[in-house]
Amino acid sequence: MIFVTTGTALPFDRMVKIVDAWAHQRGRNDVFAQIGMGAWEPKHLPFANLLQPSEFVERIRTATVVISHAGIGTILSALHYEKPILIIPKLASLGEHRNEHQTATAQRMMELGNVNVAFDDDELRHRLDHLDELQSIGRIGPFASETLLDGLRSFIHGS
Amino acid sequence: MAIQRKKILAIASGGGHWVQLLRLRPAFDGCDVVYATVRRGYELDVQGSEFRLIRDANQWSKLALIRSAFGIFLLIMTERPDLVISTGAAPGCFGVLFGKWFGARVIWLDSIANAEELSLSGKLAGKFADLWLTQWQPLAQSGGPKWIGSVL
Repeated sequence: MIFVTTGTALPFDRMVKIVDAWAHQRGRNDVFAQIGMGAWEPKHLPFANLLQPSEFVERIRTATVVISHAGIGTILSALHYEKPILIIPKLASLGEHRNEHQTATAQRMMELGNVNVAFDDDELRHRLDHLDELQSIGRIGPFASETLLDGLRSFIHGS
Repeated sequence: MAIQRKKILAIASGGGHWVQLLRLRPAFDGCDVVYATVRRGYELDVQGSEFRLIRDANQWSKLALIRSAFGIFLLIMTERPDLVISTGAAPGCFGVLFGKWFGARVIWLDSIANAEELSLSGKLAGKFADLWLTQWQPLAQSGGPKWIGSVL
């Protein structure tokens, strides 16, 4: 299954509409969306507003591809389960977020080689048509970098 | 002689903030940890540790902020942690602020989502954090947050 998620705090109807139209045009019946606070409901996709955290992890774990806003929770979960991930930044210029940090996050994480990014609608449509070619780019362990953990430990156990 | 175990309050809002907090768990070994976050379903992630539910809030709802802050104030007054650590966002900011008031040492790890500028809560929390961290090296500066690694 292709798992689509908008994040739970703010809607992302623009992304859901494009994926919904694509799934319809291409006859894909292997797509499921968590639409969060979205006011617009998909016409051609099964969806849920808000999954329980355990269901969310299960959807990621069993997905073939994850399509998501540039939310860190989803990105980290997808990397952990070694899933190919395509992210679409929410844009403050379209009222989708409070500032443009999702574009910056997407850009930086793409440079680190962690994620695939579609920065605009055309790129998203193009990427969807080549979705099955997306590869998992890497796997991350369950915990933070050792340098960070060591720094925290020495602070915690210091005076 | 029994060694006094440190009590840590690890507090964050949901989604990426919570996922990042969980990735710090090995640093808490040897301590008693109370986890506080905004959805009951996250309790499954920290089975075996204490779990407390708090209210979420953001800068756009003053009422939600007040309710969230009040609950977190009571939480810290009750738990009296030795140390408070947060990855954000607004509830975490309240956690480190009130933690400091009650004499805890406090750590703020700004979310990896903030690659170009610290979060608003990160800027505020940094004013009273004993350890103030960013996950992006270019954002580290003297008198500002330090960089020692990331959750990746």
